[in-house]
Amino acid sequence: MKKIIALLLALVMVFALCACGETKTEEQPQTEEPETEEVVVEEPTTEEPTTEEPATEEPAAEGVMTYAEFDAAEMDTEVTVETYVQAHQSWWDGKVTVYTQTPDGAYFLYNMACSEEDAAKLVPGQKIRVTGFKSEWAGEVEITDATFEFVDGDTWIAEPVDITADWGTVDMIAHQNQLVSFKGVTVEAYDESGAAFVYKNAEEKTDDLYFKVTIGDTTYEFCVEYYLCGSDTDVYKAVENLQVGDVIDLEGFLYWYEGPNLHTTAVIVK
Amino acid sequence: MKKLISSVLLLSLLLSCLLLSGCHGELVEADTAARPEYESAFTMPESFDESRKITITFWAKNDSNKTQVEIYRRAEADFEKLYPNVDVNIRFYTDYGSIYNDVITNIPTKTTPNVCITYPDHIATYMTGKNVVLPLEELAADPNYGLGGAALKFDSPAREELVPQFYDECQIGGVLYALPFMRSTEACYVNKTYVEKLGYELPEILTWDFVWEVSEAATAKDSDGKTFLINGQQKMIPFIYKSTDNMMIQMLRQKGAGFTTEAGEVLLFNPDTREILLEIAKHAGSRAFSTFSISSYPGNWLNAGQCIFAVDSTAGATWMGTDAPLLDIPEEQLVDFEMVVLPVPQFDPEHPQMISQGPSVCVFWKDDPQEVLASWLFAQFLLTNSVQIAYSETEGYVPVTLKAQQDPAYQDYLSRAGEDNDLYYSVKIQAAQLLMANTENTFTTPVFNGSTAVRNAAGVLIENVCKSERRRQPVDDAFLDQLRTEVCSRYELEPAAPGWTAGSGKTGGEAGEPQEPLPGTARALLITLAVVWVLIGLAYGYSALKRKREKKKS
Repeated sequence: MKKIIALLLALVMVFALCACGETKTEEQPQTEEPETEEVVVEEPTTEEPTTEEPATEEPAAEGVMTYAEFDAAEMDTEVTVETYVQAHQSWWDGKVTVYTQTPDGAYFLYNMACSEEDAAKLVPGQKIRVTGFKSEWAGEVEITDATFEFVDGDTWIAEPVDITADWGTVDMIAHQNQLVSFKGVTVEAYDESGAAFVYKNAEEKTDDLYFKVTIGDTTYEFCVEYYLCGSDTDVYKAVENLQVGDVIDLEGFLYWYEGPNLHTTAVIVK
Repeated sequence: MKKLISSVLLLSLLLSCLLLSGCHGELVEADTAARPEYESAFTMPESFDESRKITITFWAKNDSNKTQVEIYRRAEADFEKLYPNVDVNIRFYTDYGSIYNDVITNIPTKTTPNVCITYPDHIATYMTGKNVVLPLEELAADPNYGLGGAALKFDSPAREELVPQFYDECQIGGVLYALPFMRSTEACYVNKTYVEKLGYELPEILTWDFVWEVSEAATAKDSDGKTFLINGQQKMIPFIYKSTDNMMIQMLRQKGAGFTTEAGEVLLFNPDTREILLEIAKHAGSRAFSTFSISSYPGNWLNAGQCIFAVDSTAGATWMGTDAPLLDIPEEQLVDFEMVVLPVPQFDPEHPQMISQGPSVCVFWKDDPQEVLASWLFAQFLLTNSVQIAYSETEGYVPVTLKAQQDPAYQDYLSRAGEDNDLYYSVKIQAAQLLMANTENTFTTPVFNGSTAVRNAAGVLIENVCKSERRRQPVDDAFLDQLRTEVCSRYELEPAAPGWTAGSGKTGGEAGEPQEPLPGTARALLITLAVVWVLIGLAYGYSALKRKREKKKS
């Protein structure tokens, strides 16, 4: 009897060890939430809006920069500015890209950490205090890896600055990121097909629109940024109806991509 | 007493058997997770019913490239001509991420497409749902409708006519879940003119040491401290890498260090990674190195004479060089230079290793076997020479079938490199040839649910050390430890070992077995066995004592 018991127990032990080994090699992969392709380089810091009263806890050593100080700051330095929201792109995955401006200059806040709830409060005119790093990407000077807080009190909405005369001059860079306008520019054929505009995704029409205009002697490519002005907006529809040779007035934010690249927000065909 | 002992032992044995069954049950569960439940439910129809109208959807990705769209449209039309009962509806995307997100969104409502362009990493995530991605083994092996099948109305490649490496990349857990569609790798697009101007001679295979050394030399400025000596401009980033996740993955592979294993273990945080990050930080600090995420497209810098080593996909070759058919910078900024296309830098140039990437095609589960078969036929149609050759010629892609690669039309295309700067753009053809010459030196990383997160984490490590150096925040032990913690938290990673100690000196997927806790059922079984032995001991002791007492009494 003892022998049988011992044998049975030994067998049980062997089976148990085998089972342990098998389990390890067939281990179920770890579960993971779906990830986006986008590279996120900083942990987002969600901040509660301070809509009740302006924040006053800003460390004195850092302070708040004027636009001139921001402009003079070296790239990759930490900056803190107070600015007014003019528009923003669609919120996504804890981040939002915001067009902001003050009477002295404009700031493009790229992929700023923001909750979806706070993004809804980033309405035109809202003042915010932003801390991030001054960066440059393809000529676009922006604030990256930024966090922000709402600043109660005054609001301000920029009027578009007519820079038709400055277009193509060195002075134009001074208007980078500002809300600007152009008067009486001519729509050119976008490519050899003769089309007045193209879709980034021509088949689905769910992405940016590109078109070209001549200002003075030079032709420039402009854009309707889908995440700023989607296909249901007036500007998107207006560009879809452009004809080569149309003379138009334009408004938009003077974004930069290897040169001026207006993120168009309004088109008026004359 | 004997009865008592027997009962205890029997009970223990039954319990043990039950637990063993539990272990077995877990194995089945794990296996089921890798091979979704419907596998046995799909029955291959005896024949394709061409009397029925079938509509299938195909979610395709193009690089905002009109020609690629036209090729898909032509494939759709040609297929429908062969199978008039099938309507193919194509939905176009311009990035893989959107396809992935849309598939994930459509899984719960069972409204996935029939066929879609994908990456194996994405399939691993889709597979966590039930009845989602169809295993293709049975379909591929079918003598009539499988690869090279007899009943097909088009010239499909046989199994052995697919490039073996590319075919194998589409297997997850040993099961075929996709067909390769196009393949690319990364290349280093080099401004040879500047390298030689700096007094260096380009080797056939770049080493990391060489690239770092030349890059540092190129940061020299004239006495004004603003103008770079090498190009006379105020802008120069000698070395720019587009995809930092690929950069880290390839560096680790070349060093034989760990990244992940097939079982989903995370070996990324190892001493080699730490060493790599410190080296990269050094060159980011001196501004000899930067990344796409920080500084924009490597090709734009290269074409403006502001970069010497630009690493990007071979599928982006049409943007590289001052004669490139696609340009993103004003013509007046272009600078003429001699360019060569080389494999990515290596630690061991005798044994180069580079990543294999590019789109694959998967087929989604549907209740109607005829609809599934139609989907499979269309997916397979994308492997025909006409589609493969046409699509590969739009970029530095390589056809995934030997049949297409060896086709005289494709060979003619390769031989005409440089005839023009459009279809025969030399850089594009050189990029494709680079991959064909190095197919045996390519690798992919293990695919599992979560492998995308580890890949993203690898890139973020590099991006963050570069940013920190640029922002004059020292990259030291404390920084790296904090970075590791943040990255693990963000991507919900559980590395195989603490600190920077996981997977050192071992190849990902073949790494040694890290010490992991035993599964719960195994632990329970061992505890039960221990209890049984204790009970036996007690029973034996009790029995011996009783016998002794009885002896005494007698």
